[in-house]
Amino acid sequence: MSVPDSTSSPAIAPREYEVYSGDDLGTNVLEVSMGPQHPSTHGVFRMNVTLDGETVVKLKPVFGYLHRNHEKLGEGMTYLGSMPYTDRLDYFCSMTNNWAYALTAEKLAGIAVPERAEYIRVIMAELTRLQNHASLMGFLTNDLGASGTPLLYAMREREHILDLFEWVSGARMMCNYMRFGGVRNDLPEGWLEQCKKVVDAFPAFLDEFDALLTGNEIIQARCQNVGILPRDLAINASITGPCLRASGVNYDIRKVDKYGIYDRFNFQVPLGEVGDCYDRFMLRLLEMRESVKILKQALSQIPASGPTLDAKSRNFRPKPGEAYGRIESPKGELGFYLISDGGPKPYRYRIRPPSFINLTVLEDMCLGQKIADTVIILGSIDIVLGEVDR
Amino acid sequence: MIDIAPILARFPSLAHDPAANALIVPAHLALEVARYLRDNPAYLLDYASNVTGVDYLATEKKSKVKQADGVYKEIVTKTEAGMEVVYHLYSMHLGHGPLVLKQRTSREKPVVTSLTPVYRGAEFQEREVFDLFGIHFDGHPDLRRILMWDEFKDYPMRKDYIAPDDFQYEPTPHGDVLAEAQKYYGLPEEKK
Amino acid sequence: MTNPPTPTVPIPGVHEGLRSELQKAGIFVVSTEFLYNWGRKNSIWPLGFGIACCAIEMICTAASRFDLARFGAEVFRPSPRQADLMIVAGTVTKKMAPQVVRLYNQMPEPKYVIAMGACAISGGPFKQGYNVLKGVDRYIPVDVHIPGCPPRPEALLHALITLQRKIETQRTLGSAERRNNPAYSDDSRDFPVPQYGEHDLVPAYNRDVWKARPVTRES
Repeated sequence: MSVPDSTSSPAIAPREYEVYSGDDLGTNVLEVSMGPQHPSTHGVFRMNVTLDGETVVKLKPVFGYLHRNHEKLGEGMTYLGSMPYTDRLDYFCSMTNNWAYALTAEKLAGIAVPERAEYIRVIMAELTRLQNHASLMGFLTNDLGASGTPLLYAMREREHILDLFEWVSGARMMCNYMRFGGVRNDLPEGWLEQCKKVVDAFPAFLDEFDALLTGNEIIQARCQNVGILPRDLAINASITGPCLRASGVNYDIRKVDKYGIYDRFNFQVPLGEVGDCYDRFMLRLLEMRESVKILKQALSQIPASGPTLDAKSRNFRPKPGEAYGRIESPKGELGFYLISDGGPKPYRYRIRPPSFINLTVLEDMCLGQKIADTVIILGSIDIVLGEVDR
Repeated sequence: MIDIAPILARFPSLAHDPAANALIVPAHLALEVARYLRDNPAYLLDYASNVTGVDYLATEKKSKVKQADGVYKEIVTKTEAGMEVVYHLYSMHLGHGPLVLKQRTSREKPVVTSLTPVYRGAEFQEREVFDLFGIHFDGHPDLRRILMWDEFKDYPMRKDYIAPDDFQYEPTPHGDVLAEAQKYYGLPEEKK
Repeated sequence: MTNPPTPTVPIPGVHEGLRSELQKAGIFVVSTEFLYNWGRKNSIWPLGFGIACCAIEMICTAASRFDLARFGAEVFRPSPRQADLMIVAGTVTKKMAPQVVRLYNQMPEPKYVIAMGACAISGGPFKQGYNVLKGVDRYIPVDVHIPGCPPRPEALLHALITLQRKIETQRTLGSAERRNNPAYSDDSRDFPVPQYGEHDLVPAYNRDVWKARPVTRES
């Protein structure tokens, strides 16, 4: 066995690497179709994105993959028959959808709601807001790459609220609980106590979530100054809900219209300053804290007993006319527009979907951003496809 | 409630729909009226909340009304066919609303003026009305189908739309469904 | 091996007494088919494909309380190329139907479909809609149907267990009806993707996937 002689073997010459300056490196325009099957589009949403390198130069949303003909079906059935369908609009927030529809029908027919029912409605709506915003924050961090863990925290809290819904209405998600002139049934025994427990425990979850997420460096780096929505554009494009308030517009229909009994509660409307993804993210956290405040007041003020339903919802035939009713759903202004011709079915049944209209500015927010940021911007708008396409 | 009398005085060619407290705007004035409502400090209706279409078929309704002398007389009330586009305007600055704007058009050649140049929020909703009702919006920047696919030819939200013949088999078909099933599958008549 | 396969199906040609004797010594005699199915049924990778309301219940099933991971099916894959199971969770509209069929075609064999909820089964409450597909089984074969609107997470777990039972009895060469169906010979395993038509999808359904029972009515 011969040992190679190190002195005689030729030395390996250091290679000359050519360092590429990148000056003549051009980018190509590339068209990407994101969706309808894409894990970050929150359902069957599709965006046709035109990219220059990684930068978005054009973005066209494509809708309709969940167009379930809700309006056409609503015109073919009785007023009450549409109530279960409203559950399936924004399937996170069936209670607020019920309320918006009931509110409009009550406006059309001039029905009053008993006081206890009003309180129950407020409690249900604010619980819905809690679980919607909590899941949204989970999904948004999921989009940011925190694969699943914050979502599991949020889903754990959501289950407690869904238990309350199931107890009162029989269904976890599709509650179908409100009726014209009140709510379907009174609260079961022990429900209010359990609700108090859930509401009292909720701020601890918020603090935990806050401590885990809002100071997180990755969340700050990826959300701050991304997807800025200017105030004037937000107003002109009819943006509503947390997206509008994150841009600094003080417009909350709970305060403006004071529908139901919202004038009895002491709560504040959080506002953003910059209008970027981080503001929209933080605003939901602050709104949840305000919702807890409303819930605590409502739970202590609710009358111990009383009627919960004016038995008028069957055989419901409003006089000819039209009505537009709206509420502040967790996504924004959810409106219903009903035209009655005096029959048992609405002549025109129209839903004003907040998620759909909030997407108007998606292109404006995404232009000039990187493609990875479109996912976060979309996530921070908070859309639900059942409502976008109806 | 917004007092609409000054608007009617400013634009005499507007009509008023008392049932809905709505302003009916002719197509050539729509943009001007919308700009006026948005920019006039008395209204500042800067927020177009809801945009939708309504399809009215011609109807004839017969009703018997008892006269003073006790004789019933048949009265026929007719309504004309037509289409409407309804806008619900609110003000975010002043917090009031809604003011209802309506544009009327015919069913045969439905054309109205798009308010998207004034209210960006009407963009998708007008596209939806175009898609489902077939109403054309003059001046819309991007008028394409939005919910249905591009090859689709019908306007499904119109009252005379007939859905495709794709009924589903039912375990116990009866009535119309049975008749349709037999047509669809070419099955023999039911046993007597 | 913490959870040894315990074969119950007799293997032709292997003496049962010998087999149980070997088992006492820690030697398990099983068929490859059994091993394949055992592996398959305990590591189903679903396609992360939520369409509508049922998708939220699907997420709940995978989340903290119900924990789909207990059944080995928690790995939701975003790409159909890596998935075994398509959970059709929600209303399939006519606009979405071509994409669903295409996704199904892109999945590698063996592949399974769970139709979750009333909409995926038959159109559900939206059945009369002009844009709603009256059941996803008009275009692709469905292994397990879960009724409900939406089904509870427990129902999805039950469907998964039902599917596992089905996989247990599967022949490794594929199901006999698929093999013998000339429409899906080896040349083309793909299911025809419907096209957007002027009034409806073309064709309105794939007769080879789903044949309606003859319509009869007792008078």
